Amino acid sequence: MKRHLISAADLTKDDALLILDTAEELDRISGRSIKKLPTLRGRTVVNLFFEDSTRTRISFEAAAKRLSADVINFSAKGSSVSKGESLKDTALTLEAMGADGVVIRHSASGAPHRLANWVQGSVVNAGDGTHEHPTQALLDAFTMRRRLGGLEGRKVTIVGDVLHSRVARSNVLLLDTLGAEVTVVAPPTLLPVAIDTWPCEVSYDLDAVLPKSDVVMMLRVQHERMNASYFPTVREYSRRYGLDVARMNVLPEHAIVMHPGPMNRGVEIAAEVADSVRSTIVEQVANGVSARMAVLYLLLGGSEPAIGKEVSE
Amino acid sequence: MVNAAYRPEGPEGERVADGDPRPKAVLEGPDIRRALTRIAHEILERTKGGHDVVLLGIQTRGVTLAERLAGKLEEVEGRPVPWGSLDVTMYRDDLRMKPARALGRTELPAEGVDDRVVVLVDDVLFSGRTVRAALDALNDLGRPRAVQLAVLVDRGHRELPIRADYVGKNLPTSMRETVKVLLAENDERDAVLLGPASGRSEATAALRGLSGGSGGSSPLGDKGEK
Repeated sequence: MKRHLISAADLTKDDALLILDTAEELDRISGRSIKKLPTLRGRTVVNLFFEDSTRTRISFEAAAKRLSADVINFSAKGSSVSKGESLKDTALTLEAMGADGVVIRHSASGAPHRLANWVQGSVVNAGDGTHEHPTQALLDAFTMRRRLGGLEGRKVTIVGDVLHSRVARSNVLLLDTLGAEVTVVAPPTLLPVAIDTWPCEVSYDLDAVLPKSDVVMMLRVQHERMNASYFPTVREYSRRYGLDVARMNVLPEHAIVMHPGPMNRGVEIAAEVADSVRSTIVEQVANGVSARMAVLYLLLGGSEPAIGKEVSE
Repeated sequence: MVNAAYRPEGPEGERVADGDPRPKAVLEGPDIRRALTRIAHEILERTKGGHDVVLLGIQTRGVTLAERLAGKLEEVEGRPVPWGSLDVTMYRDDLRMKPARALGRTELPAEGVDDRVVVLVDDVLFSGRTVRAALDALNDLGRPRAVQLAVLVDRGHRELPIRADYVGKNLPTSMRETVKVLLAENDERDAVLLGPASGRSEATAALRGLSGGSGGSSPLGDKGEK
């Protein structure tokens, strides 16, 4: 049976907890002098990046290499894609090379889903357009669980550009699966039309939500995806929806501040907040490797994937 | 109770009648205690007082046995003996034959394993593949001065050139039989059960024949049946 990780909704609660528990064990390896396991020896993982990325690409590459997989990195720049090759032809090329796992980032929502029908291996979505980024949600959940203990009943507030954020959608879906209560806070223009179908609360008032939040996740304002004016000025956005020191001080004692990166310091998050002890931003990057190792191990390590979902045409 | 503990999980786990279907207890609680006490003394004798011994139990029941052995060593010598746990899942040679499984914890004592005499502890020694995986895992964790192996039951049928230094009981078995170690900490009672072939272990035996072995683990993996 061929299974993929395309949406955070592909994961049942058991799947998600298995990934988090596995990540917890794998994380201990990063403290050893030999940070390598022989588990995926002889398996090939292709990193297919049609869109710019530093964090995610490096993180997936490190994860695959720590599990001894052969890693082929493919980025659209400098490949035949710039000569006009289609996603399908690229997929067929990969197929001919015998990829066991394909990690794909693409600017078009749904590209990983299409790819899953064209290749033999398991597909891992590393971010598709404004749709989903499930491994980011997993590393975020992993970070929250480490800092706060459990996720059941925890109040998570996701703030900012929800409309363009694949991180927000994946996080809302996964956190709901794991039993957390999510509130998204954004200007009305930066919420998707179908937000009422998401398993979360919606608020427009950040100051009212902060005092009862265990986690505040700030989203990057994605100027590059904005083809219209969603708010009057950056300054006004920052005043109403940015996390500054005064707002951080309103948070409960144990609350943490997260950001998926890259940050716009001074826009959605103040520099002092990003560098404070509550901030988990650097931890999130380190945890990303462990979470992705867990996903790759559970998808590719056995006779068949232990997590994920099948994809039909 | 015995039967319930023995019965494999899953619908395909129904046992095929093959003589008496009930497993027989070959060791009971006191036998296990005596065997561990003897092993503890043998370890002290062989390592001349066990000054640089580190016990490493292989997940899951090996860890329980390592903890008990550490207790016994301390009783005799009057000082604590470091012990830890080793999960060999990622090093197994039969990973590709089953879906990926959950990992156990690997936890070394603060002293580490460098230049120590590491005694690996497991419940059942069967094909030897688990021990091979443990040796590989140990290789990534440090460089012990020597590695020894202690097992509660040696049931034979080795597929690799591996032998135990300390054995609780040698138990001649057929390939079709199953050996299951129950420990109070994991299973609410102490016993070693010898059961007839189950439908599943016959299938596994066939698989072992075909592929040259499915590993030291049992058809039921971590259930401790070997």
